[in-house]
Amino acid sequence: MRAGPGRWAVLAALVVLAAVMLFPFLVVAVNAVKSPAEYGAEGPLSLPGELYLQGIADFWRRVDFGGKLWNSLVISGSVAVLAVVLSVLNAYALGIGRVRGRLWILVLFLVGNTLPQEALAYPLYYLSKEVGLYDSKLSVIIVFTAIQAAFGTYLLSAVLGQFPREILEAAAIDGAGRFRALWRIVVPISRPTINVLLIFFFIWTWNEFFLPLIFLISNDNQTVPVALGVLQGEKYMDATMSSASALLGIVPAVAFFLIFQRTLTRGVTVGAVK
Amino acid sequence: MRARTKGYWWYLAPSLVLFLAVIVAPFVMNVATSFTRWSGVGTPRWVGLDNYTRLLDDERFWQSFQHNVGLIVAMAIVPTALGLLLAAVLFDYIGRRFGARTAAALRAAYYLPQVLPVAVAGVVWGWMLHPSYGAVNEIFGLKLDWLGDPDLALATVMAVMVWFQLGYPVVIFMAGLQRVDPALHEAAEIDGASWWRRFWHITIPQIRPETFVVLLTCTIAALKVFGPIYVLTRGGPGNATMVPSYFSYLSFFQKSNVGYGSAIATVLALIIIVVTFLFLRVQERES
Repeated sequence: MRAGPGRWAVLAALVVLAAVMLFPFLVVAVNAVKSPAEYGAEGPLSLPGELYLQGIADFWRRVDFGGKLWNSLVISGSVAVLAVVLSVLNAYALGIGRVRGRLWILVLFLVGNTLPQEALAYPLYYLSKEVGLYDSKLSVIIVFTAIQAAFGTYLLSAVLGQFPREILEAAAIDGAGRFRALWRIVVPISRPTINVLLIFFFIWTWNEFFLPLIFLISNDNQTVPVALGVLQGEKYMDATMSSASALLGIVPAVAFFLIFQRTLTRGVTVGAVK
Repeated sequence: MRARTKGYWWYLAPSLVLFLAVIVAPFVMNVATSFTRWSGVGTPRWVGLDNYTRLLDDERFWQSFQHNVGLIVAMAIVPTALGLLLAAVLFDYIGRRFGARTAAALRAAYYLPQVLPVAVAGVVWGWMLHPSYGAVNEIFGLKLDWLGDPDLALATVMAVMVWFQLGYPVVIFMAGLQRVDPALHEAAEIDGASWWRRFWHITIPQIRPETFVVLLTCTIAALKVFGPIYVLTRGGPGNATMVPSYFSYLSFFQKSNVGYGSAIATVLALIIIVVTFLFLRVQERES
């Protein structure tokens, strides 16, 4: 085994790459807390002499960022819960109930999940106007519940296909009905996978841009990514306010990553052991 | 037995209704609209294959798919190749010589861009690349208009997408490497095989299934790319970064040319479905 300076060179190369990957986060954070005057004098690469939070506060107030966070939270949370409920119901019928034609139903769900949203966008836009749901959070919730549930059904059906039958048979002998068996036995035992799906659906929906951009045109309904994406390039967005807006987009995403990381790794390992 | 499985249909009913309303019907409507001329109001006028023949003559259409190929390189091929190398180095070089914690910290650094909403990643880089106040020009002492110069814009967007995408294959491949039997590597090492030989002959063949999944999902993501284009360039300058999804969006909502937009979206959907099936076929034959 070769040792010596070579291994330090490898480590150094990887650390440099890591620095490049993290650099944008660092620069954005540094400049978000820099005053416009200092930015004008020193440019983007200096460290701020003092902590200047006015830029963030101004941007927050101007776009009602609290409202955007709330919209994102309502939409992503509702989609996560509803899509998991539907996925569980579907997977119960497909994985455990083994209804006829289940392979075709799975293929249908999977193709539906793979279709580009562009090929659904205009009809959905048109239909939502017809039924009076255009520019409402509910429209986005309904659409993404369907899209995420399609994926969840596919994943969860595979997991429930392996579900130990003896447990269900024992429950049936004890007189538990089908719904009771689902609620009292299947759901608690599949908890780790269900938790992972909840988190995935939440984050995926939070990160969505295309359809929310089309559906949520009024300020009161916009999500965080839509608001930030649309405001990019506005006249009042000077250098420091732009970095403040980028930082406000980064913080929730990184926070979810840190909060959910443990559940995700635990869920994934539990799935692997089974 | 038949009676026992029958009752399960009720559990599927809510999803099937929803799926029909939100995915199947809109998709069919989109395909139907692609055979019409329609501004979005009034009655669509049937024109047969007119939109499709016009597409074939439309330079922007061909350009947008060429740019898609560039994005597949940036989002699928480069991250997969680089990700394989990084994952292997982190797993059995850094992990063994500097400890698993070092490897995990580096992996987290590579993965961090992936947690961002892609539109937010666009906002970050739009700011970094700004021609007058951006950090990138400042570092290199340049005055380039990275996103505004037609010769640079696509390459710049591609570089941003490599940054965004790289962490995903690294994480998937490192998880996959845990499946590889360490005895294989040890035996090869005793036989005097170099690290590169082991990487090429053991690591890569062993995590082939993960490689397929990553290539497929990243290729589809590259074909669908919209957010970064919307935020960074809006398809411009000129059509230098036009992609099919943005092209269809423009036709729908700015040019009021809904039939034409639907035709673009239908072609994109077909390409994605074909790509998916091709990948699955190759994967099946491999295993």
